[in-house]
Amino acid sequence: MEPTVTISARHVVKAFGQGSSSIRALDDVSVDIRRGEFFTLLGPSGCGKTTLLRLIAGFEAPTAGEILLDGADITRLPPNRRPVNTVFQSYALFPHLTVAENIGFGLRMQRRPAAEVKATTERMLALVKLDTLAGRRTSQLSGGQQQRVALARALAPAPKVLLLDEPLSALDLKLRKEMQIELKRLQMETGITFIFVTHDQEEALTMSDRIGVMSNGQLQQVGTPREIYTTPMNRFVAGFIGETNFLAGTAGPGAVVLQGGARVVAEHDRTGAVTLAIRPEQVRIVPAGEDGAIPARVRDLVYFGTTRIII
Amino acid sequence: MAERGFDVARLPGFASIAIAAFLALYVPILTLVLYSFNAGNSVALWQGFSLHWYGDAWNNDAVKSAAVRSLVIATCASAIATTVATMAALGTTRRRAFRGQTLIYVAINQPLMVPEIVTAVALLIVFGIVKTWTGYQGLGYLILAHSAFCVPFAYLPIRARLEGMDLSLETAAADLYATPWQAFRRVTLPLLAPGIVAGAMLAFVISLDDVVITEFVKSGGQDTLPTYMLGQMRRAITPEVNAISTALLALTVLLLTAFFLLTRKRE
Repeated sequence: MEPTVTISARHVVKAFGQGSSSIRALDDVSVDIRRGEFFTLLGPSGCGKTTLLRLIAGFEAPTAGEILLDGADITRLPPNRRPVNTVFQSYALFPHLTVAENIGFGLRMQRRPAAEVKATTERMLALVKLDTLAGRRTSQLSGGQQQRVALARALAPAPKVLLLDEPLSALDLKLRKEMQIELKRLQMETGITFIFVTHDQEEALTMSDRIGVMSNGQLQQVGTPREIYTTPMNRFVAGFIGETNFLAGTAGPGAVVLQGGARVVAEHDRTGAVTLAIRPEQVRIVPAGEDGAIPARVRDLVYFGTTRIII
Repeated sequence: MAERGFDVARLPGFASIAIAAFLALYVPILTLVLYSFNAGNSVALWQGFSLHWYGDAWNNDAVKSAAVRSLVIATCASAIATTVATMAALGTTRRRAFRGQTLIYVAINQPLMVPEIVTAVALLIVFGIVKTWTGYQGLGYLILAHSAFCVPFAYLPIRARLEGMDLSLETAAADLYATPWQAFRRVTLPLLAPGIVAGAMLAFVISLDDVVITEFVKSGGQDTLPTYMLGQMRRAITPEVNAISTALLALTVLLLTAFFLLTRKRE
């Protein structure tokens, strides 16, 4: 059975500015995001990933193309009429409201009964483990706690899709690791489709069901973390995800001849000039002259705690 | 040795100039307040302590009606000016930059730049025409005039507050199913409230204190406190004027203190 598609972007273009000075933040992007999956948009800053998120949320309208939610065109719907909620990079918590009031905001705007607002707020407080802080002002919370409030607030109205705009970037390393696990747990428990934007490849690899790698306003590759890592579609993806050595050479039958004359055994279907991408963990250090070895020199050793990276 | 930065406090004569400036600012006011308690009827010759000028002012029907008129005008004018200023501030900060934005900004703040006497003469002429057309002689003219020149005083703090506000809060409200009106009512307005209150109080004080425009626009028997005092000064100056001034000063200080406390709470 085909997995059901929740969000579908079709040939979406977003141009900022006018005439010759306009910049295409998104250049013909099409992607299907499946129900209940943890989908990550990964790319360097300025690649258009946040713009795509803002189009799905409805904060901006695309210049061309359309966005579908469960098959229905929502391209022109204002954000308050889309069952999609956002966790903002800056959290954007309401400073004049308490933690509980922040979490209940969406439900109150939907004019749900007071009893339901109260019950859902309490459930959300428990879900993000903030039960004891319900009456606090958000300015009295730590960064990690504010993050949890922002999450609970966006989850409370039970949206079909949760959008997360680099929500972990303001946290320190230890807290970020904790929140990564927390986010994954929340996504599994609620079953809501998460679309997560980040420029951190490790974050993307550890949390996502699928990743969409973006650069220059275009989707370079969509796939599972394993697919993206082991079979990158192009040089950008290979270079952006993980550490990679690029070696120029010429393709021959069953092997690639490097510029220095060394021969690397590889199965391929290419001819002519090619670039070999080699992950550092695929390299083994062997005595010179062994079968398949490339002559190399160890230049420096960098101590990295538990592992050593050999350059 | 690292060189110290320029420090104005280290210039020769800094302390004496500062003291002279403060004396120039506050000695006249202190004198005014002091002589409001003078038992005699001179504003320059001390003849013992008494509160009777306050009593006299309180029992003076002309003073009372002028005071009530001042308060009515200031209340109405600051309410109107604050409403207009709030809408103007929203219009100039919560939408895309548009052509002529600077022009609009200058136009809103016109009363800060055009000499008040020019506005006063202009209003005198225009209202004169309207009065003969309509026959209406009431307080409306004064309220309208005061509302107009109070707008920039209300506008500036409200605009400053709006510009300091995190725009993503309004986006978040919209994201959480708030209609544009709900987002304004539940997020923008509560966060804007200190700016609105500050603007209203500033407008109130400015209206309360106006002489020039009021003097030109008012019809017969429409004295406000400041114009009444001006009228008194033309005849004989008694400490009664000091007493009224002191009361006015107290009210102004009270409002401005509240204004500063409110704006300071911003961070």
